[in-house]
Amino acid sequence: MAKVDNRIVEQSGPLKTGPMAALKEAAFAGLITFGLSIPIIAYGTRQDINNRLVLDARWDAVAWAVAIVFIGRLLVTLNAQRRAAGGGKLMRVPQSLQPVLGRLMPVLAPLAIGFLFAFPVISIVFSGWQGSTKWIDNFGVQILIYVMLGWGLNIVVGLAGLLDLGYVAFYAVGAYSYALFATKVIPATYPALGVWAFWICLPVAGILAAFWGILLGFPVLRLRGDYLAIVTLAFGEMIRLVLINWTDFSQGYAGISGIPRPSFFGIPFNANDNGFAATFGLEFTPIYRTIFLYYLILVLALLTAFVTIRLRRMPVGRAWEALREDEIACRSLGINTTTTKLTAFSLGAGFGGVAGAFFAAKQGFISPESFTFMESAVILAIVVLGGMGSLWGVAIAAVVMIGGPELMREMEFTKAIFGKDFDPTQYRMLIFGLAMVVIMIWKPRGLISTREPTAFLKQSKAVSGSHVKEGHG
Amino acid sequence: MSTKPLLKVEHLTMRFGGLVAINDLSFEVHKGDITALIGPNGAGKTTVFNCITGFYKPTEGMMTLTHADGSHYLLERMPDFRIAAQAKVARTFQNIRLFTGMTVLENLLVAQHNVLMKASGYTIMGLLGIGGYKAASAASVEKAKYWLDKTRLTDRADDPAGDLPYGDQRRLEIARAMCTEPLLLCLDEPAAGLNPRESLELNNLLRSIRKDDGVSVLLIEHDMSVVMEISDHVVVLDYGTKISDGTPSHVQNDPKVIAAYLGVEDDEVEAVEAEVGL
Repeated sequence: MAKVDNRIVEQSGPLKTGPMAALKEAAFAGLITFGLSIPIIAYGTRQDINNRLVLDARWDAVAWAVAIVFIGRLLVTLNAQRRAAGGGKLMRVPQSLQPVLGRLMPVLAPLAIGFLFAFPVISIVFSGWQGSTKWIDNFGVQILIYVMLGWGLNIVVGLAGLLDLGYVAFYAVGAYSYALFATKVIPATYPALGVWAFWICLPVAGILAAFWGILLGFPVLRLRGDYLAIVTLAFGEMIRLVLINWTDFSQGYAGISGIPRPSFFGIPFNANDNGFAATFGLEFTPIYRTIFLYYLILVLALLTAFVTIRLRRMPVGRAWEALREDEIACRSLGINTTTTKLTAFSLGAGFGGVAGAFFAAKQGFISPESFTFMESAVILAIVVLGGMGSLWGVAIAAVVMIGGPELMREMEFTKAIFGKDFDPTQYRMLIFGLAMVVIMIWKPRGLISTREPTAFLKQSKAVSGSHVKEGHG
Repeated sequence: MSTKPLLKVEHLTMRFGGLVAINDLSFEVHKGDITALIGPNGAGKTTVFNCITGFYKPTEGMMTLTHADGSHYLLERMPDFRIAAQAKVARTFQNIRLFTGMTVLENLLVAQHNVLMKASGYTIMGLLGIGGYKAASAASVEKAKYWLDKTRLTDRADDPAGDLPYGDQRRLEIARAMCTEPLLLCLDEPAAGLNPRESLELNNLLRSIRKDDGVSVLLIEHDMSVVMEISDHVVVLDYGTKISDGTPSHVQNDPKVIAAYLGVEDDEVEAVEAEVGL
């Protein structure tokens, strides 16, 4: 029933059919673009030889922008009209694909994991020892950190339906926990632990972040929706501001440097005689550490996924999802929503903290600038664009959101199209924003909007995204 | 009627600011009975339900639930989820509140949360795969199957709850409430929006719940074909005040009830109002 309703609501907008209506709508969109373009694109300023400010008219760029929006909107509207005319026929195609996808998933998962484990070898084979650092570090490790953060936040936002805009706070707590323990506490108390510092601090960082998750959880238990979002946002900023201003504790803007790197289970990655390369009789190169970091974050991310998958099939995971669907019904069934929310907050925060500790160990230097609201926004965007609750969706979104802009740097061929002066890196945020708009038009519920049931009697059927609620905060 | 009431509501009063939604209401629900709470729109029936199930804290009054072993639960002092988990009162809602994005089976499994939580050693043991979680999980599916069977939803078990037609959703909500193993089942207008055939089916389901599962039922209902047919005991509310209490036939012939539902002649208004206590 709800599905039918949705369809009517969805299409009540462009239901005025006919190409004229589509043209009208496209023309209107073009007009708005034109209006917006005048202050933003139409005039560029530059200094001439005499240091005078000169206005350059760029009406050709405005024309391009208006034409792109006009044609794009026309195509979108015509497509929507055709769908409406086809009585939802086209809409059903993706649904019939769902079982196929569902059957493919069990095969895809080992394939994807296999590829991830082989990735360093592949990149070394294709770009050599020197060139592969970039691929393993900038792409592999960087993306996997965000996959892990996305999966961690997915527990809070995607499963429990609690909108958290301050997730980066837990990332920061994890990072600073490790940094402070490893640079101050351990050398002062048990310097013998030295090489093992990372392995001891990793769970500690996770547990500390989980405690902060509970600490944040308590005051926001009664809040929903917008109010919850505002308080979590403020919490994220508070942590950052404390780190900036409490210089005795965190050294403020200067940050913490010289953070010990992780060891290979007690064997440090250095050129010494007891280093990793020497121990295994290899020639020293810094790439061993990069590869090790890659596998480390891969295992940590997979652990997050494994725990999430297991917990979804357990009472606590089902209670999270039920909480997202209807909190009042949950309470009428005897579910303690307080502890349910707190477990979601603390577990999500714990994974964020572990990722933070890894980040600190990888960078060797952290400062509050790494933990701005922008980070929270990117992680949340990964969860929302991926499709809330879907591990696959979040992973794909992280690859696109983090790998995409990095990949733009590599696109030398664009110079051949747009001329020698074209620098693709300057446009990467623009294209990135455009991609987000396109995803929201094409897949408003995220890349993977269907939900896999956690139990079934005869046959597991994916639940269409139109039934799944986003939660009320 | 058995000797000791299952639920005893005494002097229940609920005020929202200046509005008196329930005024000094007392009634009893006896074990094994189907008790109906009726009254015109806005009489305060759902407010009574919200007080009993802990969603509202009553301004005054006492609600005692007595288990078979003699233990008492003072509902006005308990938070809502404890009333469901410990006092064993389950409820449904006037506007259906299912977990629409979860399958029918999942809805019934969520209802068994507390049992499963304990069996999984509060998640930790279950996560590690030790302890009796597997057995408990299988038992929970069996229980869900029993209720699916009873509400004729077995064929739809793997479909999202939001996909079910209205009548099925109503039955699923009852099945879900029953999966919490309640002693008292509170149904808020279970027959609303059902066609006559479905109403008849609902009557049979409620009778079976009472007879086979030994659960007492308290229901709010406007559909008199349901109320008069199945209830043993009817409480009539008007403007938050109890105006009649007794067997269906007694209530049906009570002039106050007739006045509340159908109104009275103009010259009788004052006399009736005085009698009702307005």
